[in-house]
Amino acid sequence: MSDTQTMHYLNQTTGIWSWLKTLDHKRIGLMYLFTVLIFFLVGGVFALLIRWNLFYPNHGFVEANTYNKFFTYHGAIMVFLVIIPAIPATLGNFMLPLLVGAKDVAFPRLNLFSYYLFVLGALIALASLFFGGADTGWTFYTPYSIRASSSMIFVVLGAFVAGFSSILTALNFIITIHKLRAPGLTLGRLPLFCWAVYATSIIQILATPVLAITLLLLVFEQVFKIGIFDPKLGGDAVLFQHFFWFYSHPAVYIMILPAMGVISEVVPVFSRKPIFGYKAIAMSSFGIALVAFIVWGHHLFVSGQSELANFIFSLLTMSVAVPTGVKVFSWLATMYKGSIHFNAPFLYVLGFLELFSIGGLTGVFLATLALDVHLTDTYFVVAHFHFVMVGGAIMGFFSGLHYWYPKICGKMYSEKSALIAFVLIIIGFNVTFFPQFILGAQGMPRRYWTYLPEFTLLNQISTVGSWMLGIGFVYVVYYLLRDLKKGEKATANPWRALTLEWQTTSPPPTENFVKTPVVTEWPYEYRE
Amino acid sequence: MAETQVVDHQKQQQQPHHHHAHHFISAEAEFEASKQGMWVFLVTEVLMFGGLFTAYAVFRGLYPDMFYEAHKFLNVKLGCLNTVILITSSLTMVLAVSASQRGEKNKTAWFLACTLMLAAGFLIVKYIEYSAKFHHGLLPAGFFHNETIKHVKAPLFFSLYFIMTGLHGLHVLIGMGLILWIFTRALKGQFSSGYYTPVELVGFYWHFVDLVWIYLFPLLYLVG
Repeated sequence: MSDTQTMHYLNQTTGIWSWLKTLDHKRIGLMYLFTVLIFFLVGGVFALLIRWNLFYPNHGFVEANTYNKFFTYHGAIMVFLVIIPAIPATLGNFMLPLLVGAKDVAFPRLNLFSYYLFVLGALIALASLFFGGADTGWTFYTPYSIRASSSMIFVVLGAFVAGFSSILTALNFIITIHKLRAPGLTLGRLPLFCWAVYATSIIQILATPVLAITLLLLVFEQVFKIGIFDPKLGGDAVLFQHFFWFYSHPAVYIMILPAMGVISEVVPVFSRKPIFGYKAIAMSSFGIALVAFIVWGHHLFVSGQSELANFIFSLLTMSVAVPTGVKVFSWLATMYKGSIHFNAPFLYVLGFLELFSIGGLTGVFLATLALDVHLTDTYFVVAHFHFVMVGGAIMGFFSGLHYWYPKICGKMYSEKSALIAFVLIIIGFNVTFFPQFILGAQGMPRRYWTYLPEFTLLNQISTVGSWMLGIGFVYVVYYLLRDLKKGEKATANPWRALTLEWQTTSPPPTENFVKTPVVTEWPYEYRE
Repeated sequence: MAETQVVDHQKQQQQPHHHHAHHFISAEAEFEASKQGMWVFLVTEVLMFGGLFTAYAVFRGLYPDMFYEAHKFLNVKLGCLNTVILITSSLTMVLAVSASQRGEKNKTAWFLACTLMLAAGFLIVKYIEYSAKFHHGLLPAGFFHNETIKHVKAPLFFSLYFIMTGLHGLHVLIGMGLILWIFTRALKGQFSSGYYTPVELVGFYWHFVDLVWIYLFPLLYLVG
């Protein structure tokens, strides 16, 4: 035991089986990370194909049906296999036990099982490619999806199985936070990332089973002709939309809340100031989680929902802005007069604030009934949710990835490379998606494989932007992999942060802490 | 009160051969976490069945007369029999859990076997019912072919009937697998008053499966 100094979770055991059969939350988190990054690449390729097809008006390089498959796979992969697991399953899995001072999540075997469920779901979904490919869009709207090619069943079943992985991960996190906190780590001292993951887990627990039953019913529609969602057999197609969005609207908060959790950790560390409004930030996550469940109807404004329902859903939707605003202004107040360090994690916080603010505020446009009739199913909606999903969830993910990179690998990433990539991504993103707001307002519909010549210039700008964005993302993955070898050795706490994960070595030992930590104060007491 | 007594009981009789997982401070902590985990899992189950109950509510709200007409084609007697069977199986399950808490291995295995038999009985009755429905063409909407029901929307009732009882039946089947698993473990003497977590958790699950049926029975068989 002479080299206990260098023993950590990465080298304690070796060999492929030590990874595939591991129960260590850190290794499982890393396996999720690699899997998610692979699907990010696949989904990204579909995105580039979509944009390339839209480079010229009036004809694309593929047929309309193929184009429909492109956006279906882009959407389904990015939603179910990338953004939903992006932060909770990867960084959450790795960091949550460390942040609460535990040795592992509550149920390590269940954790590994959820990983394999996730992989299984992904494989089932992708198997559809060998049966003609699904072309329903990721929302699987009935009645089209009932009569569409049966390869749709694979995508739906894949999402169903991956959904269980999401449920079980959330269950694990909830119990971990309740039962495995270190001595002295009262709820009032819980890091904000944990609060955000907790609120996310509650949404996953309550919403995902409803998606599961909806998807199961959809499969039964094709196989057993049950007709619940099929008007031809006496059912109701709009009921499917209600069912689907009862999950899929909360799902967007499954995507964004963990990102907000990362931001809440990064802002005080790189501003060297105590977080402003700890309680307000923690509780606003639950505010968002609550509102998440009562706004799904805003996806049905033009689906024949009653006027009264539209009015109520519109009002409730706008109220999402309140807890969100609480968070954003608390972060700004934390930065105010702080000693700000512009390291990569903080750069992505700035990216988050820019993109998420635009995405969030255009959400209020869309919640406005009269305006929404004009904007529904146009590129305005596409731009809006990409600003929120990529601008919110992916910015938060990248912020966290850089922030915790030294802890995960024991190496520092190169700040110079990170800055180059960030500039590429932020410019590429805006060039790609900002023109789409204008296109949408001018009436260009989404999901069409072609468009009128007057939209050419903005579409070409958008496509060029997608290349920059693609290069930026690939570059991030490149230098993060490169710096695994070439990076400087990281100290235990390179950011001088106060949360528990930084109080152990980088990378941490398999058991996380040599001695169970005892917490005596909250983790944001920065003084400088 | 009962719960704290049980925990105290556990504390006194730590079994030498059951070691709790390394990340829990004690066997009690592990037991409590497992129980909480099961509760959270059951919440997800409630939400999943909740989707079906919502679909039921929507269509019953739209076509109350159709539900009334169609429900007469279900066999209330067999439904009633199955309700009695499941409630009894809940009782034997409680007895099995309580026997395992007291460390009575033979009793535990015996009551688990009873529960297993009752569950199988439930599925046999369900099979008889399903066969009759198939015979009369009372099938999910797309396959429905029965001339005696006049209401055009009646096929939807049987779609709901088969999905709801089918998903419940699947839960019974999974429950039987779980009971079989703890039954064999009980035979091997792997449970004691210091460690009976799996028995307790499968018990939770089984009562939930029962409870779903307690709602399904009146909603489907006793429309009026």
